[in-house]
Amino acid sequence: MHVSHLSLADFRSYARVEVPLDPGVTTFIGSNGQGKTNLVEAIGYLATLSSHRVAADAPLVRLGADRAVIRAAITHGERQQLIEFEINPGKANRARINRSSQVRPRDVLGILRTVLFAPEDLALIKGDPSERRRFLDELIIVRSPRMAGVRQDYDRVLKQRNTLLKSAALARRHGGRRGAPTTTKSIEADLSTLDVWDQHLARTGAELLTQRHALIAALQPLTDKAYEQLAPGGGPVGLDYRGSAGDSPHHGVPGTFGASREQLYELLLGALADARKQEIERGVTLVGPHRDDLLLKLGELPAKGYASHGESWSLALALRLASYDLLRAEGESGEGGEPVLILDDVFAELDTRRRDRLAELVAPGEQVLVTAAVDEDVPGVLTGARCTVYNGRVERT
Amino acid sequence: MYEGVVQDLIDELGRLPGVGPKSAQRIAFHILQADPADVRRLTHVLAEVKDKVRFCTVCGNVAQAERCRVCQDPRRDPAVICVVEEPKDVVAIERTREFRGRYHILGGAISPIEGVGPDDLRIRELLARLADGTVTELILATDPNLEGEATATYLARMVKPMGLKVTRLASGLPVGGDLEYADEVTLGRAFEGRRLLDV
Ligand SMILES: Nc1ncnc2c1ncn2[C@@H]1O[C@H](COP(=O)(O)OP(=O)(O)OP(=O)(O)O)[C@@H](O)[C@H]1O
Ligand SMILES: [Mg+2]
Ligand SMILES: [Zn+2]
Repeated sequence: MHVSHLSLADFRSYARVEVPLDPGVTTFIGSNGQGKTNLVEAIGYLATLSSHRVAADAPLVRLGADRAVIRAAITHGERQQLIEFEINPGKANRARINRSSQVRPRDVLGILRTVLFAPEDLALIKGDPSERRRFLDELIIVRSPRMAGVRQDYDRVLKQRNTLLKSAALARRHGGRRGAPTTTKSIEADLSTLDVWDQHLARTGAELLTQRHALIAALQPLTDKAYEQLAPGGGPVGLDYRGSAGDSPHHGVPGTFGASREQLYELLLGALADARKQEIERGVTLVGPHRDDLLLKLGELPAKGYASHGESWSLALALRLASYDLLRAEGESGEGGEPVLILDDVFAELDTRRRDRLAELVAPGEQVLVTAAVDEDVPGVLTGARCTVYNGRVERT
Repeated sequence: MYEGVVQDLIDELGRLPGVGPKSAQRIAFHILQADPADVRRLTHVLAEVKDKVRFCTVCGNVAQAERCRVCQDPRRDPAVICVVEEPKDVVAIERTREFRGRYHILGGAISPIEGVGPDDLRIRELLARLADGTVTELILATDPNLEGEATATYLARMVKPMGLKVTRLASGLPVGGDLEYADEVTLGRAFEGRRLLDV
């Protein structure tokens, strides 16, 4: 698949811009701060409904405007689909597909598939567990858009459950009753609903876990292969799931990695029961996919805290390349189609050898969008269209 | 800020559900410019609704008397109770003409975020209705969203020892939505295809 047209209104630095695009490589060149990343960020947003740079939507809206609109035409074989997405910070976002009436924002997921490489990827290796969870869950949703709903439900259960635990913890500390002295209802009645929230947390959590396990199993050999291509002899790469419910083979519960959804459901319920006393004391949910991590290893050593800067970079790239391989393989057999590759400012960070390797690996992609501040950073094999970006204007050269 | 009573009106309107500050202002100025007779009619029904309409002492639905129309109707099957969140859900279900039993209105769904626990809902009243053994089936028709599901699960667990048939509306309802927005055909089908809930 490829993006054949991108149109932005009040997105980031752009008041308005129309960018026709072709399959193959397109390179956006321009000096710092001219708006190159802003362009590809918009495309990435349509694929994941989040930016690779910021967690909140507000910075995506041009200063002084109320809302931003991203429109894109996606060509997939014979078919063309039009996505229109309106970002309304603080309010509900709105989406339309093929000029239809409004759909739920998350219905947009799955139409455009992208794999985005960016300097921010270094956080996959060096950052908090939340970075790696986000990596896994975003990829899960690209593979199976239905999981966006599961993920949303999980987050909602978690929020409900944490609120309940927090009020219980407060009540315990202040002698059995919570909040204002006028409320006579006891916290015990509220706590009686905890079993119900456990059940829903375990149900949605088990579904998420099953998908994460499956994803890691599929990514492992692909990441190892990609790393070998980028940095020969530096591996092998290890991907281990670290579950808060003890569902990693390294936590003394053999075989739970790759267990069935029913088994994971039981495992989560059991772990929640074990943690309950502590959870009520601390007022927060201590078990579940939101506390898990993906342990990345180079050889015998964990990458975080041990790998060199260059090694960390290669591993981050290898994870993205593996994602691309996986989506491409699945896209060939199924509905998905080959994902659009986006390389935001990555070449400047690499030495010539890895630069060239990466370029060779991505060059055959159906559509490859590259940003760079200077021409010389982009390896020669990535020939194709070239656009200059200057002061909010995008021109084909 | 406007002067005195105009601002008071805007403030009062702004407290209504779904009315933001801008809408409150628009409605307030609409009222200011409206025909006095229209406004009198509005104040009259507002007063009347508060005076005359009550909540059914049995099911919690809106009623003009001590008991609502459904609870007074001898043709409605007393062995089946359909549990819903709000009176407006009763209206939606009645439109389908699929259901001939009685209702129980909870007054919301369990949601710690909104500070709603089991004690804030009419659950004790429901258990009291189930005590004498007349009721044999409980249909849990709370909204098809997370809080509705959690409330249904909670109730199913509560009544489990009573050995009733407990059912949940079939899926097919738009997930994450409100019952009241489901169209009649979908809601009717959901009733027919209701499934046993095991907890
Ligand atoms: N919400 C916004 N409203 C207005 N301008 C914005 C907004 N967000 C970002 N910008 C501006 O956009 C510019 C950054 O654009 P972008 O990140 O695309 O640069 P770039 O061309 O990728 O630069 P570099 O080569 O440094 O990566 C900055 O000058 C920033 O001030
Ligand atoms: Mg940039
Ligand atoms: Zn009644």
